[in-house]
Amino acid sequence: MQEFIWLLPSFPLAGFLILVLTSGTLSRITVAVIGAGSIGLSFLVASIIAVQFLGSGDDYYIKEVWAWMSVGGFSPGFSFYLDGLSLVMMLIITGVGFLIHLYATGYMADDPSYSRFFSYMNLFIAAMLMLVLGDNLVLLYLGWEGVGLCSYLLIGFWYTKPENGYAARKAFVVTRVGDTSMAIGLFLLFAQLGTLNIQDMLHVAEVEWNIGSGLAIATTMLLLGGAVGKSAQLPLQTWLPDAMAGPTPISALIHAATMVTAGVYLIARTHVLFQLAPSVQLLVAWIGLITLLMAGFTALTQSDIKRILAFSTVSQIGYMFLGLGVGAWSAAIFHLMTHAFFKALLFLASGTVILSMHHEQSIFKMGGLRKALPVSFASFLIGSLALTAFPYTSGYFSKDEILLAALELDGPGIFLWAGGVLGAFFTGIYTFRLFFVVFFGETSGHPPEKEVGGWHMNGPLIVLMVLSIFGGFISIPVDAVFGHGESHEEHHVSALVHGFMVAVPLLGILVSYLCFHKKVFSIEKLMSYSISRRLHKFWHSGWGMDWLYDRVFVFPFLWLSRINHADLVDRFYGLIVEVSKSANKMVVKSQTGYLRWYAFIMALGLVALLLLGIIL
Amino acid sequence: MSSIPIEHGLVLSAILFAIGLIGVLTRRNIVFVLMSLEIMLNASGLAFIVAASRWGHAEGQVMFLMILTLAAAEVAVGLGLIIQMFRQFKTIDINVLSEMKG
Amino acid sequence: MILVYLISILFVGGLVAWLSERVDPNYPRIVALATVLIDLVVMISLLGVDPSSGGWVASVNADWIPRFGISFYFAADGLSLLLILLTGFLGVIAVGSAWDDIHEKTGFFYFNLLWTLAGVIGVFTALDLFLFFFFWEVMLIPMYFIIAIWGHENKNYAAMKFFIFTQVTGMLMLVSIIMLGYLHFLQMGMFSFNYHDLMKVEASGTIEYLMMLGFFVAFTTKLPSVPFHSWLPDAHSQAPTAGSVILAGILLKTGAYGLIRFAVPLFPESSLDFSPIAMGLAAFSILYCAKVAFAQTDIKRLIAYTSVSHMGFVTLGVYAWNELALQGAVMTMLAHGLSAAALFMLAGGLQHRIHTRNMQHMGGFWGKVPKMAVVAIFFSVAALGMPGLGNFIGEFLALLGAFQSNILFTVIAAFGLILASVYSLWVIQQVFQGEYKADKFEDSHLLDLNRREMIYFGAMMIGLIWMGMYPQSFLNLSEPVLIELLNNTQAVTAAVVRN
Repeated sequence: MQEFIWLLPSFPLAGFLILVLTSGTLSRITVAVIGAGSIGLSFLVASIIAVQFLGSGDDYYIKEVWAWMSVGGFSPGFSFYLDGLSLVMMLIITGVGFLIHLYATGYMADDPSYSRFFSYMNLFIAAMLMLVLGDNLVLLYLGWEGVGLCSYLLIGFWYTKPENGYAARKAFVVTRVGDTSMAIGLFLLFAQLGTLNIQDMLHVAEVEWNIGSGLAIATTMLLLGGAVGKSAQLPLQTWLPDAMAGPTPISALIHAATMVTAGVYLIARTHVLFQLAPSVQLLVAWIGLITLLMAGFTALTQSDIKRILAFSTVSQIGYMFLGLGVGAWSAAIFHLMTHAFFKALLFLASGTVILSMHHEQSIFKMGGLRKALPVSFASFLIGSLALTAFPYTSGYFSKDEILLAALELDGPGIFLWAGGVLGAFFTGIYTFRLFFVVFFGETSGHPPEKEVGGWHMNGPLIVLMVLSIFGGFISIPVDAVFGHGESHEEHHVSALVHGFMVAVPLLGILVSYLCFHKKVFSIEKLMSYSISRRLHKFWHSGWGMDWLYDRVFVFPFLWLSRINHADLVDRFYGLIVEVSKSANKMVVKSQTGYLRWYAFIMALGLVALLLLGIIL
Repeated sequence: MSSIPIEHGLVLSAILFAIGLIGVLTRRNIVFVLMSLEIMLNASGLAFIVAASRWGHAEGQVMFLMILTLAAAEVAVGLGLIIQMFRQFKTIDINVLSEMKG
Repeated sequence: MILVYLISILFVGGLVAWLSERVDPNYPRIVALATVLIDLVVMISLLGVDPSSGGWVASVNADWIPRFGISFYFAADGLSLLLILLTGFLGVIAVGSAWDDIHEKTGFFYFNLLWTLAGVIGVFTALDLFLFFFFWEVMLIPMYFIIAIWGHENKNYAAMKFFIFTQVTGMLMLVSIIMLGYLHFLQMGMFSFNYHDLMKVEASGTIEYLMMLGFFVAFTTKLPSVPFHSWLPDAHSQAPTAGSVILAGILLKTGAYGLIRFAVPLFPESSLDFSPIAMGLAAFSILYCAKVAFAQTDIKRLIAYTSVSHMGFVTLGVYAWNELALQGAVMTMLAHGLSAAALFMLAGGLQHRIHTRNMQHMGGFWGKVPKMAVVAIFFSVAALGMPGLGNFIGEFLALLGAFQSNILFTVIAAFGLILASVYSLWVIQQVFQGEYKADKFEDSHLLDLNRREMIYFGAMMIGLIWMGMYPQSFLNLSEPVLIELLNNTQAVTAAVVRN
């Protein structure tokens, strides 16, 4: 069955083609069956392949479908590479992807562009599978750009609003900055190692490069550029919150569960290179830490339900980067998986809330919704607990492993650990702030009459709830991938430290409970100080990063475009034209139109010629 | 037979040519311009004759006959144009016809 | 003889098309379509011909002006074949795009169209440099008429600019060609303009450098590249759609072809010296024109500037002069031929429908013309280098190869990828997204693509996907040619490097 791995991206691709070519002429039921069904089939095949692969005991499996191109030693193929890592990724993508598709059949039911929506979604899944299954970096790059395109199309799905288009373009261009860095990385890797096949490349690099060599640092920095772009980490994180302009299932699928974790996948996939460049690996950890803290603060100040979740996503991916940076590769991937479960759950539940509230997204216009929206309430409760790493939920296991690995790192490990724990504290606060404000307190505005839903919307929520609670007990088969990369002994930490780590998020929840539910501390009073107002504004704007980038990149570019609208180079040719025109004007003066003037000039010329003849 | 020195003939021809040229350059009446042109043509014809008689060649006289026919044709066309000009512009002043300037 | 037939079919077809207008103004387009289709069939039959020695197919060599060693010497190899096929394919598309667009003097229009195509095929197959120059001019003059007669509001200016730019720089090339022929006379005792003979001509450094510059300027004007590009936006914005298709799709490629076939192989040493400058110019061209493109409000001007930007990758690839980069340049030529032609057809279609090219007056067309929007997104995305489509293969290979010969300029050029996304998406935003502004233009004719248009766009889409997913079928054709060229120049350049 493994040889049918090419079917995985083929089903969604076929779905995409059918939906595009019929261009909206199919009935909604048919579109839903094709759209969600293709992903379901992929998931089915993926599951069978997974069972077989794990049963076979092989470390990896390669299936070459066709040779893409072969030029002067450069021969990437359309080949799929299956190992523990891509297995986990493909199951997440098809599994969570299927649930979200199913949910979307209900969520988008009233949208006039139903078929267009599912065609993009299917294309996205196809591209994402290419990304994780490709056995060479070029194929990975194909998927990488493909998911970026789908992300662009889906963020700008409701295209009539210019701000959606802006958000979509911002997402594409900012990630493209990262992509370009990654592309240059590929050029460098090929120039140095002579291949872009991932496994070959890693082997050659291990043999030829010394630890800490300049080339290793350069290539990993360039790849890291790609990773931070896609995964919305510092300094390219600004696009993700704006990307919430897309429909909510998109936010769940692309901007929480799958695409934004592609950077984590990339680093994990090329972890051998990062091990050869310890300084860059440490940089990954610091980037993760700083991003997770910054995003945590920002999430505290947001009022849009989806933006809060978006910043929380940035923050959680920060944890994954932290894990990668401290060498806890499998823990990072583990967190990627659990995050996919609970964040998809949260986003989908927020979708139900938003739809029930008639597209209201501000949490302060909600309140007391736990009675009216029981399924969303349950989903949010479980999702939030998993997000804050409540003991024995899925998020607990994964975050714990990352932080423990950080603690065990010598040198800066203690700071990374402390920062991560602090982040967990803030996670508790902002997550439950959202939870308490939306579901408790007084009902404000117009409470919804009934919860939107149906089996195809609530079913995925229930499955994700189960996964969010028990997902931590799944063991991911990535040991063979990272085998020699990390230690596998149990983490030895004192019970005190462990207790502390469990307690901190709970403390965060408690603070949130006191502030936002019991109102023991008045937020209004806090906001009366100008310093806290300014801080709030600063954090709210995402630490002023957009402001900064506007001034450093966007405005100068626009200014340059404006002053050079008419192409400076053309002015030069215009100048030639002007010169010949004025020369023409001067010469034209001799054309008086008087016969005698011409005759005189002629005679003069004759005389001059004769004189010349005589003199010479 | 005493012959006139060639220089005399050529000087006469040159003087005639200059007179004609000055006429072309200074007259405004187009009929006079045409007449001045005739003088110039005849001046050059004279030069041919003088040269032919000096070296005893017939070509000079042939050339003069050519010039004669040319002059006749020129006068015919020229006068025709003048009549047309007079019809169109009611004048024979060439300064009026200075529209073809840049 | 097939190559001669190829060209003469077009010449004759052009004359017949012109004459047939007297019978019925609708006949010329039928004649033209039949002519290019026949030509296309003949071209495809060329693929089946086994190459003779040296990889040349269907070579013809007959005396023309033997006194000066000028001959009718045509031959095609894989590179020529690829470009001839592109010419034939886009020729059909161009006739199709003119089908409903041209109503005046139809006979003369199709005459010019076919003669331009004939000139282009001549350029791609002539191996006598004098003959090459002859066809270089043949394709120029009908194109001038196409712009000057059937163009838009500012057509005379644009046509004249196009003519002067290409003519002046063409003259520089002519001087170089004559110089080469004369040097051959000095060294071998007789004139020759035969490509293979002229390869053997040796020239002193400065002379060679100057001759190389003559070729370089002529070709980069056609390509075009900064600073010789400014005729292109004017020509494109004024030309009728079919003219733009030919101009962007094929005529620009003659410049690139000239660089690969003549400029570098004839003057390998000076080209090696010159390559950092050329690559720098290419990188600058990519970024500069991408930036200027973004500033445009006229959609055709914008696409024209993006063309210049994309052709920068070709220059970059050619002057990197290794197999990867050259293959990248060739693939970029082919893929850009399709994507740029399609974008110009879209812009032309819009102009035909709403009588404006100003993007500020457009917006929200997605809801009105969804098929057009999908097609536009497809080709914009192709142009910005989406993997899986032809342009990506070209640009990626060009950069991959160029990186090995000049890291700095390759990295700079790679930033073009970012700017490409900026302007491409900006077009989509302005035209298809946002709110529908019905009051800004007459929208009664804003209809979606009709079946004929869908067929043409569909064919081009399939072409781009084919190039993107299985480029090997194209790479295989050009590979032996490029390797041969590399081997020929390697000896020389290696010697230079050693000294």
